[in-house]
Amino acid sequence: MNHLQLIIKREYLTKVRNKSFIIMTFLSPIIMIGIFTLVGYLSQLNNDKVRVINVLDESGLFVSQFESTDNLKYERMESLSLEQAKAKTEKSGDYGLLYIPENDDIDALAKSITFYSEDSPSLGTIDDIEDAIRDKANTLKLKASNFDAAQIKSLRVQVDTQLETFKGEETSKLGSGIKLIFGGAAGYLLFMFIIIYGNMIMRSVIEEKTSRIIEVIISSVKPIKLLLGKIIGTSLAGITQFAAWVLLLGVLSAIIPLVFGIDPSAMQEQQLQAMAQTQNDGLQSILTEALIEVQKLPIANLIVMFLLFFIGGYLLYASLYAAIGAAVDSETDTQQFMLPLLMPLILAVYVGFFTVIDNPHGTVSQVFSYIPFTSPVVMLMRIPFGVPLWQQLISVVILFATFIGTVWFAAKIYRVGILMYGKKASYKELAKWLKY
Amino acid sequence: MEKLLVAENVSKSFGEFKALNNVSIEVPKGSIFGLLGPNGAGKTTFIRIINQITMPDSGKVFLDGEPLQPNHIQHIGYLPEERGLYKSMKVGEQALYLAQLKGLSKSEAKAKLKYWFDRLEIGDWWDKKIQELSKGMAQKIQFVVTVLHQPKLLIFDEPFSGFDPINANLIKDEILKLRDDGATVIFSTHRMESVEEMCDHIALINKSNKILDGKLLDIKRAYKNNTFEVGLVTQNASAVSAHLKDKFTVSPATFKTINNELQYKIQIPENASANDLVSYLTTQGQLTHFVEVIPSANDIFIETVRNN
Repeated sequence: MNHLQLIIKREYLTKVRNKSFIIMTFLSPIIMIGIFTLVGYLSQLNNDKVRVINVLDESGLFVSQFESTDNLKYERMESLSLEQAKAKTEKSGDYGLLYIPENDDIDALAKSITFYSEDSPSLGTIDDIEDAIRDKANTLKLKASNFDAAQIKSLRVQVDTQLETFKGEETSKLGSGIKLIFGGAAGYLLFMFIIIYGNMIMRSVIEEKTSRIIEVIISSVKPIKLLLGKIIGTSLAGITQFAAWVLLLGVLSAIIPLVFGIDPSAMQEQQLQAMAQTQNDGLQSILTEALIEVQKLPIANLIVMFLLFFIGGYLLYASLYAAIGAAVDSETDTQQFMLPLLMPLILAVYVGFFTVIDNPHGTVSQVFSYIPFTSPVVMLMRIPFGVPLWQQLISVVILFATFIGTVWFAAKIYRVGILMYGKKASYKELAKWLKY
Repeated sequence: MEKLLVAENVSKSFGEFKALNNVSIEVPKGSIFGLLGPNGAGKTTFIRIINQITMPDSGKVFLDGEPLQPNHIQHIGYLPEERGLYKSMKVGEQALYLAQLKGLSKSEAKAKLKYWFDRLEIGDWWDKKIQELSKGMAQKIQFVVTVLHQPKLLIFDEPFSGFDPINANLIKDEILKLRDDGATVIFSTHRMESVEEMCDHIALINKSNKILDGKLLDIKRAYKNNTFEVGLVTQNASAVSAHLKDKFTVSPATFKTINNELQYKIQIPENASANDLVSYLTTQGQLTHFVEVIPSANDIFIETVRNN
C-alpha cells in the first residue's frame, strides 16, 4: 500500500469508528423524523379546535355567503342589537363577531364592516371573510348597474400563459417550482456538506498538532500527501454518513407511521390538495405533470455537473479548512479565519435562494455562478433552468483552476503551520509563511 | 573515517530570520554524534532539513554519499522533541500504521513490533489506547516506532525527557546497542552528562552558526589548560602557598577528602612539565591528590557560547 492509501484508510477508519460519529449517524435521522412528527402532531392539535364566528348581518345581504368549514364555523345572529351581540359573543368565548351594518350604498357598506374579537384575529380568516364579501358586493354592484353577473363571468377570459423556450421545450410554472427544488436541494446539500465535513477536516488537523504527532508523520510522508489523504479520507467518511442518513430516513419514514399511527405526510397531502383545488385540478394530474417536468429536466447534465461542482467546490473549501486548522493551535483560535471563509458560502446560498429564483439568468446570478467561491452553489441552482453548456464549462474550469490555487496556498500554510506551536497566527504572519 | 551524513554549507532563512548560516557538519559512520547548542540556535531546523521536512535555501546534504532524496526517509529514524501519538488510536494499530509509512510491509512490521514489544516487556499494551497509557509508557512506544525499521541513521531530539531514571537508562542502553549493531546516531540534548557519557563526536551550533565540532576527546584536549588539582598535607602551609602563588596561577579548589590539607587548582605554563610540580610538592609534604583538570562538555559549552 502506498502512503496516500494508508493515510486515507486511517483517516476513514478513525472517523467511522469514532463514537460521536456513530451516534450522530444514527441519531440525526431519528431527531429529524421526530421533529417532523412532532410538528405534524402539533399542527393537527392546533387545527382541532373549531372556531366559531358569529355574524350579525343587519343588511341581510351577505349572511348566506359564509360557508362553514371543518374548523371554522359561521353562526348567524338575528334580532340582536350590536351591543347585545358583542356581549353574547364575548361571554360565550366564541372566536369573534362579524358586524355588517345596514347601508344602501354598497361602497360605504363595504367600508363599515367591523370584526370584533378578543385578540387580533388571524390574517387568513380575515382574508377569507373579505373575499366572501367582495364577491357578493361585486355582484350586487353589477346588478345595480344593470349588468348580468353570470354573463360577465362567462365573458371573463381565463389566462394561462404557455411557457416555451425557443428550442420548443414547453415549461410551466409547476416546472419552475420543480427546477427550484432540484437546484435548491443540490446547492443546499453542497453547502451543508462543506460546513460539516470541512469542520471535521479542520479538527483532525488540529488534533494532529495538539497531540504532537505531526512531526513524526511528516518525517515519513510529504505534507501535501497527508493533506490530500486527510481530505479524501474525511470526505469518504462523510459520504458514508450521508448514505446512512438517506437510508435511515427512508426506513424510518416508512416505519414511523405504522408504529405511531400518525401520518407525517398528512400535512403535505393537505397542502397538495390545497394546491390541487386552487388549480381546479386533481392531485393525480398534478403528480403526473410533475413527473413529466422532472423527466424534462436535463438530468444527465445535472448529474454530471452536480458531481463536478460538488467535488470542486468541496475540495476548494476543504483545503482552506485544513489550512486554518494548520494555522491555529486550538479550535477556539479558528474564529478569526472562519468568518471570511463562511461569508462567500452564505452569500452563495442567499444569492441562490433569492436572486436565482427571481431571475435565473440575470446579471447577478451569472456573475456569482462564475466566482469560484460561490459558483458551486449558485450554478447548481441555475442549471435546472437551463444554462448553456459553454457557461457551465467556463465556470467548472475557473473552479478547478482556483482549486489548484487554494490547494497550493493551503499546502504552503499547512507545511509551515503544522510545525508552529504556541504562535498565534495573524494574517500578516500567514503572508510571511507563504514565502518560507 | 567514513561519513554517513555530510552537510555542506547549509543555509536556511525564515523571512528575515536566518536560522542556519553556512553550516557544514560531518557525521562519521557508527558514531554517536552530539548536536549541541542553546535554545533557538538552529538545531531543530538542521534536523528537519536532514529529515526533508524543510528544504535548505542553499547547500547540500549527502546520506551515505548520495544527495538526499525522498526514498532516504526509510533509512532515517527520527524522534522529534515535540512528539506524540494519536491519543484515541490503539497502540498496535498505530505502531503498524507508522511502520508502514516508513515503508515496511504489514507482516514485516508485525514481526518487528513483536520483537521490540517483547524486548521492552510491553506486549500487553497492544490493544490499549494511547490515552490510557502514562507519559513514560507512551514514550517507550514512540521509541520503538522510531527504531523499528532499522534505519542507518537515528536522530534523537531530547530522547530522555519524560522517562524516569530506570527507563532512561534502559533507553540509553538500547541506543548504545543500536550503535554497536551499526547504526549512526545524531543526538541532540541539553543534558551535558548524557553527552559526556554517550557521544564520541559533537558539533556546537550557536546563533545559526556552527562554532565548534570534532571528536569530543580532541575538543577536550584543545580546551584543557594545564591545570591540576592538588592536595597536600604539609607542616609549612603558608610557605608553600606563597611559593605556589608566586610561580603559578593558583585558585582555590574544593574536592572531597578525608584529610585536612591544602587544596589548590594550579595552572602551569604551557611549556612546563607537570613532573616538576609534582617533585616540588613531594618535597614539601605528603601529596594526597594530583589530577589533571579536564574540561567537561558543560564547561566547553558554556565557555564557547559565552565567547561567541
